[in-house]
Amino acid sequence: MADMAWIDAALVSARPQAVAALLRYFRDLDLAEEAFQDACLRALKNWPGNGPPRDPAAWLIMVGRNAAIDVTRRRAKQAPLPDEDQLSDLSDTEAEVVQKLDEADYRDDVLRLLFICCHPDLPQIQQIALALRIVSGLSVKQIARAFLVGESAMEQRITRAKGKVAGAGVPFEAPDAVERGERLAAVAAMIYLVFNEGYSAGSDNDERAAFCDEAIRLARLLLRMYPAEPEIMGLLALMLLQHSRIAARYDKAGNAILLEDQDRSQWKRAPMQEGLALIEKGMRLRRPGPYQIQAAIAGVHAHASVASETDWVEIEGLYRALEVHTPSPVVTLNRSVALSKTEGPEAALALIDPLADRLDGYFYFHGVRGSYLKELGRSKEAREAFNRAIALANTPSEAAHIRQHLDSLSAHK
Amino acid sequence: MLYALLCYNDEATVFAWSKEEDDAVMGRLDVVHQKWEKSGKLKPSLRLLPTSAATTLRKKDDAVLDGPYAETKEQLLGFYIIDVESLEEGLEFARELTVANPGGAYELRPIMLYNPGSPVEQR
Repeated sequence: MADMAWIDAALVSARPQAVAALLRYFRDLDLAEEAFQDACLRALKNWPGNGPPRDPAAWLIMVGRNAAIDVTRRRAKQAPLPDEDQLSDLSDTEAEVVQKLDEADYRDDVLRLLFICCHPDLPQIQQIALALRIVSGLSVKQIARAFLVGESAMEQRITRAKGKVAGAGVPFEAPDAVERGERLAAVAAMIYLVFNEGYSAGSDNDERAAFCDEAIRLARLLLRMYPAEPEIMGLLALMLLQHSRIAARYDKAGNAILLEDQDRSQWKRAPMQEGLALIEKGMRLRRPGPYQIQAAIAGVHAHASVASETDWVEIEGLYRALEVHTPSPVVTLNRSVALSKTEGPEAALALIDPLADRLDGYFYFHGVRGSYLKELGRSKEAREAFNRAIALANTPSEAAHIRQHLDSLSAHK
Repeated sequence: MLYALLCYNDEATVFAWSKEEDDAVMGRLDVVHQKWEKSGKLKPSLRLLPTSAATTLRKKDDAVLDGPYAETKEQLLGFYIIDVESLEEGLEFARELTVANPGGAYELRPIMLYNPGSPVEQR
């Protein structure tokens, strides 16, 4: 049984590369997926007896390609196919094929596959569902359960997404440097979406929480192929650092615990160390971007073993840098929190007051504003802000948190 | 004689393990570790972070590279364990080593787990 577990892990990790290469041959997501399934079945029969191949991904590509060629021949479909005489004898050609399937091929294939899944015409939820289905190989049932929808509804969504992709005429040639950069950014964004789906799931949805692990795995894959891309280092670092706090993020009742109240001894050391190491590496390249900066902010928190040791000056500076890269009222709002720690609530309030129009419908804005007003002793205004926040709260635990602030206001009166 | 026992495996597979699978492997390894540690024959043991966390300093042109050290004509000849403040300080250390040592490369690879084991004494 231990053997089977090993094979399973090998199949999972080879999946993106193998499906991506098969997609290049057949230019059809369904056929590429079927071909990969076929290859996996053959691996389960073949590997326990013969031992693992030298390069599992290459083996799966070759076997999958042969299987799918049979299928297409039967269906008499027109598709550009590679030379058959090269494919017939497995054992002889393995070494040769392995050599041909070098990293450069893998890079473009996997990037193309991920890029197809984050096609801009698809709504975010379909992008995520498609990526989890095609790249990660989760079953439709698993994805449906994670998103709390019926299996047939999810099946429909994925089918529709595939149809849209097929109709969009995705170019299959290797992307040039500029396009690759754009794709890499889109792919990074998609991976972070998958992560956030898991991260925001709360403590009551383990299925979706597993998306975090999957996103981290995909980012590792990407970084293995682009080892000198600082933003990919930043993305992986950011996710590792956020994920390292998983055990401390919720109390027993399932309510979120704020960063400053978390039991930091529960933060996991290994992902944290890896995240910090990646930030350091990325920063050396002097090409900062939003992921690196956000990771650096998470890194400053990670360096503080108790909340009171947090270097807020550093965090305020990092948010300032983030404002330059991705200006947004939410980033400014976050900066104000750091500013309130370094210069006090009055400065923080002055920073966010101009944002009132744009953030009026934002729960967090009123909550933060209320806390500054409270600190300044402007109880009446604070109460109004907290009431507004409660009205906008998305979850009962958000509302409960603000209510605590309100209660403490009444207690002081 | 002291031996370095080096662990090799496919990183893509190992890091696709779920936490449960990883814990199970580490648990089985621990049984072996404990047995050999009791006999005093297990010295420091450590687990490295993935190669993506590695930085390489190449002597030839003082080039700092991301990712692991990979040059097939060179072999692993030994390793240091250093406790430095930052990657920058680690690179400084490595640079001094390259000055003293012609050719080759030094890889800085963060350590994920460090067990001191029993004291080392060259016999």
